[in-house]
Amino acid sequence: MSQPLLETRDLQIQFGGVVAASGVNLDVIEGETLAIIGPNGAGKTTFLNLCTGYIKPSAGRVTFRGADITARSPRAITRLGIARAFQIPQLFAEHTVLENLLLAAAVRDRVWNPFRRLATLPARGEMLALLDLVGAGDLADQPVEVLPEGRRKLVDIAIALALKPRLLLLDEPTSGVASAEKFQIMDILANALARERVTAVFVEHDMEVVRRYASRVAVWNTGKITHSGPPDEVLSDPDVRRDVIGL
Amino acid sequence: MTWQLAFLATLDGLAYAALVFMVAVGLTLIFGVLRILNVAHGSFYAIGAYLAASLGIAIAAGGLSPWLTFPALILAAVLVGTILGTLIERALLRYVYLKEDVLQLLVTFAVFMILEDVQRLVWGVNPYFEAVPLRLLGNISLGGIFYTNYQILVLPAVALLILVGLRLFLRTTLAGKLITAVTEDREMATAIGVDTGRVYLITFVIGATLAALGGALASPTTSLVPGMGADMIVLSFAVVATAGLGQVEGAALAALLIGLGRSFAVYLMPELEVLVPYLVMALVLLVRPEGLFGVAQRRRI
Amino acid sequence: MAGRLNAQALLAVAAVVLIAAAPLMAQWVKVLLTIALAKGLAVLGIMILLRAGQVSFGHAMFYAASAYAGAFVGRWTGGGELFVLIGAGLAVSLALGLAIGVFVVRYRYIFFAMLNLAFSMVLFSILEKFFHVTGGSDGMRIARPTVLGMELERAPFEYVMFYLTLGLVVGLAWGVRRYLASPLGQALAAVKSNETRLEYLGMSARHALLVGYVLSAGLAGLGGVLASITQGLATPEIAYWVRSGEFVFIAILGGAGTVAGAFAGAVVYEGVRSYAAAYFADIWQMVLGAVLLAIILFAPGGLVGLAERLTGRRLRGGSADPAVAADQARVGER
Repeated sequence: MSQPLLETRDLQIQFGGVVAASGVNLDVIEGETLAIIGPNGAGKTTFLNLCTGYIKPSAGRVTFRGADITARSPRAITRLGIARAFQIPQLFAEHTVLENLLLAAAVRDRVWNPFRRLATLPARGEMLALLDLVGAGDLADQPVEVLPEGRRKLVDIAIALALKPRLLLLDEPTSGVASAEKFQIMDILANALARERVTAVFVEHDMEVVRRYASRVAVWNTGKITHSGPPDEVLSDPDVRRDVIGL
Repeated sequence: MTWQLAFLATLDGLAYAALVFMVAVGLTLIFGVLRILNVAHGSFYAIGAYLAASLGIAIAAGGLSPWLTFPALILAAVLVGTILGTLIERALLRYVYLKEDVLQLLVTFAVFMILEDVQRLVWGVNPYFEAVPLRLLGNISLGGIFYTNYQILVLPAVALLILVGLRLFLRTTLAGKLITAVTEDREMATAIGVDTGRVYLITFVIGATLAALGGALASPTTSLVPGMGADMIVLSFAVVATAGLGQVEGAALAALLIGLGRSFAVYLMPELEVLVPYLVMALVLLVRPEGLFGVAQRRRI
Repeated sequence: MAGRLNAQALLAVAAVVLIAAAPLMAQWVKVLLTIALAKGLAVLGIMILLRAGQVSFGHAMFYAASAYAGAFVGRWTGGGELFVLIGAGLAVSLALGLAIGVFVVRYRYIFFAMLNLAFSMVLFSILEKFFHVTGGSDGMRIARPTVLGMELERAPFEYVMFYLTLGLVVGLAWGVRRYLASPLGQALAAVKSNETRLEYLGMSARHALLVGYVLSAGLAGLGGVLASITQGLATPEIAYWVRSGEFVFIAILGGAGTVAGAFAGAVVYEGVRSYAAAYFADIWQMVLGAVLLAIILFAPGGLVGLAERLTGRRLRGGSADPAVAADQARVGER
């Protein structure tokens, strides 16, 4: 078997006595779309924070493509090829949608010439195409401040995709979005992932979304990965149905 | 450095730290509740000092008992704190609570500019020196060194009183508990129906009074000159930043650290005197950007 | 969009021509305008930091450090050469900007503002206390330097300083506009709105701010050395917080965040000051403070915003990029 894209070994972290992760071992295989499910407040976002260096584990190790990234900053980890989309969209509020993406492209391509206009970067066409791909082509010149939550989520995901990552981490891509819009966002996302051949991990609480879009499901409970496998198998496990889905 | 000089420097440092603490604790209290760094805080200190000196001169001119200068110090502080504090909070600050951080900072800076000239207009540019309370209490001989009772006893005692009093006030009284609640979680406090407008006003008046008290108590020990407010706001910010924003007990410790550091520098390396507070602050912030007792705040993602 | 941009460019050219011609009509304004434009450079530096949502209460330290560097070089070289003095001033302010910048870009908002103030207070007291080196509160005289080897009389020298300053202002205003429209400049607004996302793009917010900070220090320094050579004097007063406050004041007066506003603000400010300060000498700070409050509360766009309202045109808009803003303004008009 080939080496996993991302590996975590025995990750541990506590917040003021509360154990959020107690020995997490998870491999992410190149090409898969892995969903992480678990009860509310179980620390799923903490897991993404640990993988991207936003917080440091008290013990354990994170490896990306064979390199230890445990002590690296979010900035360094992003440069290695891990991009992240957020539960609360993290946008540049003073910029338009297109400018948000262009900033990402400029950082990706390291365009630091102070006489090069952001608005006319070579990547402009590529970013407009990306906006079309996520179905937000008509929003290019809108200030992000005025967008509804569903659109903001899409822009947030598009920024992550603009970085052309090897691995994309998504934190509740459908939370805070009207249920009719959920599948629309996920269809767009699945389409983009396939087109760009990006491996993805997404934290999700909607089981229907998980069943439809994940190629594998991992269950996070009491600070550990308790189950992992194909969606149908994991979601029909009686323990999982009781603890996570609440049936 | 002989032990006598070291002793002298320690006493100097204590007296100085006591004054700086009074100003800094007001600054940190206001910041904790209003989330505004009040640049005009230095002006409260300076105006408190000038008013105390003027009252002292008036008492002497009126032929009244010189002992009245002590209550006059308190009176000066309360007058400045309540009148100026209420005026600025009600007429100005409450209109900018929702504005950008930078603009809030600029508003208090504008008030500071205005008050600087107010001092000049009222008290002129010539130094004031009014040391009646200092002389009344006489000197004390400690190990062969003479020291004023005012500086060695009164100032540290008042600072200690404020520290303990503030702690009791914040923990036991209703107003104090409300202030603590707003400091810790503004949204939650508003949600459970705390009248934040009143809490803001009370806090601002208390903070302003503490700054003015620092000035009033400092007035017998130093000559009052234009620009003293600017020096004090930077110095008290250094204390507050070293301690961590909003930390009352921390401010006391940081004031001691900076006060002692400065007074030892006066005896050992006089050229460095002005630099010491900033060196202390810079060193602390390099290691702990949120200050000695501050808590790092992060964006929720 | 092209029409809108041309209108802006036309306005800028007209303003430059007007200023360039002013001394030909009234000789006495050339020193006044030189000082105003030099201060405008420092204000431009403040404006760059405002883009990142940060305000410095200590930028006079770069203005003063550069002026003193020029004064020292002039003293050591017996009068010296104008461009050497300016180069020395610029180099010192850039180096100081880098040294202090590395420290202060770790902090934001009040910490950023007050740490800058603290550093400038330190410089001020050094300049005052070490009087055997710096001349104390009397400051240092700067003898009129040669210009490319030529010794000039006072009047021609003042013309040289005026047109040199104007030329630098035009070039730097253009350069700063380009920088602000570039990814590096746009990253400043990103520092203001969302540092976390910037880090998650793979960019250091501190680096973006440091570039802006060093640039702003250089601009303030250039302004300081130009003004001091013109006046023939460097005093500690120019490092005092009052001067830093003046820069911030002018930036807000002109219209926070616009290049044109920095210079419009500086020229209006110096003009008013040269007349009014005589009548309001005792309450000048008070007047400034009151006007500052009035602008923040009632006219947040400053002079540029006021001009927009009067002409019914939008010179800037929602976007941080002027060209895009002009575009949006057009959409809004439809």
